[in-house]
Amino acid sequence: MSFPWAKHYKPSHPLMQWLDEKLPLPRFVYNAVGAGYPVPRNLNYMWNFGVLAGVCLMLQIVTGVVLAMHYAANSGVAFDSVEHIMRDVNWGWMLRYAHANGASAFFVVVYIHIFRGFFYSSYKPPREMIWLLGVTIFLLMMATAFMGYVLPWGQMSFWGAKVITGLFSAIPVVGTPLQQWLLGGFAPDNAALNRFFSLHFLLPFVILGVVILHIWALHIPGSSNPTGVEVKTESDTVPFHPYYTAKDGFGLGVFAILYCTMLFFLPNALGHPDNYIQANPLSTPAHIVPEWYFWPFYAILRAFTADFLFIPAKLMGVLAMFSAILVWFFLPWLDTSPVRSGHYRPLFRKFFYLLVIDVLVLGFCGGSPAETKYVLISQIAATYYFLHFLVILPIVASIEKPAPLPFSITQAVLGKDDQTAPAA
Amino acid sequence: MVRLFGPLVGLFFAVALLWSFGVGAIQAIREPEPATAVQVYHLAPHEPEPGFSFNGAFGKFDRAQLQRGFQVYKEVCSNCHSLHFVAFRDLAALGYSEAEVKAIAKDWSNKAKVVDPKTGDETQRDNVPADHFPKVYYAGTGNPPDLSLVTKARHEGPEYVYSLLTGYQDQPAELLKRFPDSKTPDGLYYNPYFANLNIAMPAPLADDQVTYGDGTKATKQQMAADVAAFLTWTAEPKMEKRKQTGWAVLGFLLAATVLAYLAKRNIWARVH
Repeated sequence: MSFPWAKHYKPSHPLMQWLDEKLPLPRFVYNAVGAGYPVPRNLNYMWNFGVLAGVCLMLQIVTGVVLAMHYAANSGVAFDSVEHIMRDVNWGWMLRYAHANGASAFFVVVYIHIFRGFFYSSYKPPREMIWLLGVTIFLLMMATAFMGYVLPWGQMSFWGAKVITGLFSAIPVVGTPLQQWLLGGFAPDNAALNRFFSLHFLLPFVILGVVILHIWALHIPGSSNPTGVEVKTESDTVPFHPYYTAKDGFGLGVFAILYCTMLFFLPNALGHPDNYIQANPLSTPAHIVPEWYFWPFYAILRAFTADFLFIPAKLMGVLAMFSAILVWFFLPWLDTSPVRSGHYRPLFRKFFYLLVIDVLVLGFCGGSPAETKYVLISQIAATYYFLHFLVILPIVASIEKPAPLPFSITQAVLGKDDQTAPAA
Repeated sequence: MVRLFGPLVGLFFAVALLWSFGVGAIQAIREPEPATAVQVYHLAPHEPEPGFSFNGAFGKFDRAQLQRGFQVYKEVCSNCHSLHFVAFRDLAALGYSEAEVKAIAKDWSNKAKVVDPKTGDETQRDNVPADHFPKVYYAGTGNPPDLSLVTKARHEGPEYVYSLLTGYQDQPAELLKRFPDSKTPDGLYYNPYFANLNIAMPAPLADDQVTYGDGTKATKQQMAADVAAFLTWTAEPKMEKRKQTGWAVLGFLLAATVLAYLAKRNIWARVH
């Protein structure tokens, strides 16, 4: 679907006409990210991050496939093979740093993309399906990143795998057998490493598939925009190409500068030094911490320190950690305010900024050692996290008096719209 | 349904968390966690004077320092510590000629262990440049780690190595007064830069322990800085190429981004 004024693909070259008849791939691209896709004219730079996430996915796939040509997924030699890549493979150090920092860049971009969605309520009808697919992508990303971090077979790889797969043992009755089945043993070892490698190679392509669905679902209602007012007329939109290809091109440049600064000058800043020590099942690191992008959820996991209503603390932690993401699936039905954009929702906006701070605090606590003060802080922060999504959003939606919305996107941008009623 | 169950689930987690918070807070007030000797006496690593040449975005290795550091590794550290990920051929990057690398490999006292394919006997031969440094077997107390990656395997690795090597001292009397249970056990040595303050390695460096060929005075600090630099190279041999590539890439990207910005402004001028 598209707006009635969307431009139509008209191949002029005979070869393109021939191709369009047999397999209209250029037409598909034209309608997806070309001039055939009308986009609201008022998108701000927060709307760059979807394209950037796609770039990150491609970057990870390309660097990952080449790394897989040199990596050996065997617990006896995995660590050595990574050092072989770093030392003896031509430009191997760059590939590996690009991949490791690429994972961090991917999460930075996706977190901004998700919080853009929170602020502008991008999950609201008619875009629920885009949102559901997006949360699915995020879950797949987390699984992929977790398994990827195990592959170098360093100390944090091993102990991270042990802690995270250990979560399954919290499930009553079937937990321990399930954990052993998933690992192929009693602790992470060669069987686990091999299957993690296999899945780490597979999942990015599953993500790619869901990304295609995500974009497909996006093209049905079209992109949302910072006013949250739906597109009314042609003057509200511009064609994706050249307007947003140019804007995304600039955004991509800024992103690449930041990313390459990390890659070439601070390549290990986001990793943990212990992962340069080969996995040793007999030596537990002083502090087991996951990669930074899991810290908020890790803090929630560790925040449950006391059994509650006969539910063991560990099981509560696991339930809460998974619920912390699953709750996003229900957002379209929890936040029932008819107004989308946070710009016109004064009360919602305050809670949104509180949520941003809350998640940063959770992240800080998740990356800190499990000392009492950090656990106590994360308990308060996690309480707010759940209340925000499940209690505060529904209440705010029903009591808030939103600010008046502009008549149309055109009016919001130009201050006037010929379509507006004479009152303006 | 969602609006009915959502708040209930939210309140369930909130109450469970506040329950944990309450239990934890009461516990923390009743029996506050006592401070430990490590919390009070552990020191963050620091750089040598006048700083490492390789730090910073333009930092480069000092070849003479790397060679001195290699000498310290060879004459001191290599008695106990392996350097598994480094090959003799890699030493060419320190400025040694091909013949010098061959000689270093041949004269290396820890010989390459091989199995004679005819007899099956375990035997040994001289190292060649293609060999990695042979594993060092250590029979004494403690477990000397492989040093190839040590500067990347510790927070602020180069500074850590320097501080650790120069940080040996007697256990402070105030420490024993405040934490009587934390006396350094026999056979271990007090070092405030080590994670748990007590390290199995005796102080390895003393002034003039090696004689540098280039006339540099071999103070303890000098040797520690040199070997820290050498171990930074063993952990990150491609560091100079990385930074050099980085500047070229950033230069290109800056130019491309300026062009992209101008293109964007040009195109959007049509609708503003």
